[in-house]
Amino acid sequence: MAATDVAAHPRAEAPAERKRTERPVLTGAQIVCQALEDAGVDTVFGYPGGAVIPLYDALPAAGFHHVLVRFEQWAAMAAQGYARATGKPGVCMATSGPGATNLVTGLADAMLDSVPLVAITGQVIQPLIGRDAFQEVDITGITLPVTKHNYAVSRIQDLAPTIKEAFHLATSGRPGPVLIDIPKTLFQQTAEYEYPATTFRRGYQPTSVPNMRQVRLAAEAIAKAKKPLIMAGHGILLANATELFHEFVEKSGIPVVFTLLGLGTFPEDHSLGLGLMGMHGHKHVNDALDTCDLLINIGARFDDRATGRISGFAQNAKVVHVDIDPAEIGKNVHTDVPVVGDAAEVLKLLINEIEGRRYDDWTAWIDAQRDRTLSEALEERPEWPEPYTIIKAIAKATNGEAIVTTDVGQHQMWAAQHFGYNYPDRWITSGGLGTMGFGLPSAIGAKIGRPDLEVWSVIGDGGFQMSSNELATAVQENLDINICIINNGYLGMVRQWQDLFHAKNYSEVRIGAPNFEKLAEAYGITGITVRTDAEIEPAIERARSIKGPVLIDFVIEPEANVWPMVPPGASNSEMMHSRFEV
Amino acid sequence: MKSRHILSVLVENHSGVLNRVVSLLRRRSFNIESITVGHSEQPGVSRMTIVVDSGEEEVEQAGKQLYKLMEVLKVTDVTHLNCVAHELALIKVAAKSQTRAEILQIAQIYDARVVDASPSTLLLEASGPEERIDGLLNMLKAFGIRELVRTGPVAMQRGSASIGIKETTRPERELAVAGNGAGPHVN
Repeated sequence: MAATDVAAHPRAEAPAERKRTERPVLTGAQIVCQALEDAGVDTVFGYPGGAVIPLYDALPAAGFHHVLVRFEQWAAMAAQGYARATGKPGVCMATSGPGATNLVTGLADAMLDSVPLVAITGQVIQPLIGRDAFQEVDITGITLPVTKHNYAVSRIQDLAPTIKEAFHLATSGRPGPVLIDIPKTLFQQTAEYEYPATTFRRGYQPTSVPNMRQVRLAAEAIAKAKKPLIMAGHGILLANATELFHEFVEKSGIPVVFTLLGLGTFPEDHSLGLGLMGMHGHKHVNDALDTCDLLINIGARFDDRATGRISGFAQNAKVVHVDIDPAEIGKNVHTDVPVVGDAAEVLKLLINEIEGRRYDDWTAWIDAQRDRTLSEALEERPEWPEPYTIIKAIAKATNGEAIVTTDVGQHQMWAAQHFGYNYPDRWITSGGLGTMGFGLPSAIGAKIGRPDLEVWSVIGDGGFQMSSNELATAVQENLDINICIINNGYLGMVRQWQDLFHAKNYSEVRIGAPNFEKLAEAYGITGITVRTDAEIEPAIERARSIKGPVLIDFVIEPEANVWPMVPPGASNSEMMHSRFEV
Repeated sequence: MKSRHILSVLVENHSGVLNRVVSLLRRRSFNIESITVGHSEQPGVSRMTIVVDSGEEEVEQAGKQLYKLMEVLKVTDVTHLNCVAHELALIKVAAKSQTRAEILQIAQIYDARVVDASPSTLLLEASGPEERIDGLLNMLKAFGIRELVRTGPVAMQRGSASIGIKETTRPERELAVAGNGAGPHVN
């Protein structure tokens, strides 16, 4: 039987015959497809090219769906959207050379946000490697700092074990992106196929169960605290620990603040769920951080946008830091009680070590700050659709149950501040890397991963112009997503900084755009333009009633700023509430 | 406060490992003074000796970052352990008939061997602690050093203790994190 014959593909055989007593002989391309399938992959985001033509030759018979994107970078972001919405690893593939380099930003984004991703790139044929061949780049060299690990496969028998190990690395410990570079030669060779049942790497044995002594020390610190505060990070979501976390918060009675990626770990509508911390966090949240005597960081890495100036961060607090990555302990903030372990494993043990308590004076003090400061942050300008009104309207229309994806900038901060995230894995944003263009492709990935949920992508007019080509992908996949452009005609966040810190020198931030409504029509989808507050809710309802992608262009006040704000280099206690405090 | 640290790093002997280690240290802003790589007592495992000039906390962070590389099996800061840290130097020194005897005398003081000679040069091989090599070079400077190559130190603990890996690496690794349960990370 010719190895390229489709009948040789095990999927073409009856299930009973797929028992691994006899190993099928497959091409390298078929091995990659079969191993992906055996790894549980149902969707791959990719783009073909010269080095992967043999791989794409095997795709039609593969047991997963391939989504053809319009730019490889957005394949990586779509895979991230899929991963963040489902908790399963995202998979993307691209050809050698430019296809591979286009993935780099997506890998870096996944690296900084610890998102499980497996990227497969084609490489030029083996005899040409190292000879500057057409579309040859050293992609494993290039991606060394932006992947958890990468592989340059050189033998066909290594393909299946490498894919098995790649998924293990991507999803275990602190998750992250893993890249596998495969020379075209291997796709065309044949070998017996066997997907390994297990994988072991002696240099990789992440600590998931914490040291009990450290857990007890954490419990002791909690018992002594009068004004404790929990800082909830992405690690809780990655550990699939939100239920345990809820239980822990309820029992401990300790209020929770969220990092940007920690939103959704605990309901914001709960009296102990305080909201976003950091540069554009709520004032009462940063006040609580400034005042607490114990800070329990669970699964966050003390990013500088969250902490502000380190010397002014939680300066009255002892610090307990729960993290699966030992390298995060003490990296940015001095830690009194480190607990290395998986958030779920730590919480399981810690719950039994603490007393059920209430901190009425402490929470009453925070609530008083909240009531005073939240109203200050919101300005009403009825002549424009207010950004926060738009976000709140989406939350109301969808009962807060929608997945929200964003780009990066002002709209992202408004969406983080005002939606009110009550469910895990519904908030999908580029946190660490801050990649513009992330919103639309990640919405595509999220919708494919969670077709049961409404997906709303909140995007700026600048970022949308970086990835608007993916409208074609959304149309091709007939995805029911709603795209909300928060359109101020500026690269708004940069303009805000220029406004506040560079004497309004608006250098290169005025950005033109096509007529977005007409652009939507050109893609064959509905476009809606909203110019007043009154039009917001009807537009949202109309978008919800239409199947398939809908684009809403919200034309907002050009110079609206995000408030409150910690000026760059300042501590979180030095928040500005309006431009008049500059 | 910065000071000189010697890290003994056991790695899987795969292609590209040196690149991964060096690249990681570079991107975390560690200045590598020297690095040596060679086979260890275990097949498939290489030992790197890395000298960095860094603060105590930075070195600890470097160790934890190194552990994130899949090929890295064990990282030990041997700076404060009772260690032998020796390097090898090859020194080609200008030697005329009038100066040759004096150079040989100096070489003898420093236990350096003559490994090659020409009418105008002597090639010396010296090994030992860095300070000793420095001392030898200082003495030879006046004669004219034509060429010099130093390996940077390799280190090994004195006595019966050894810097190695047991079959289960991870529990030790966790202990190696300062403040997280404490305990020796050298077995």
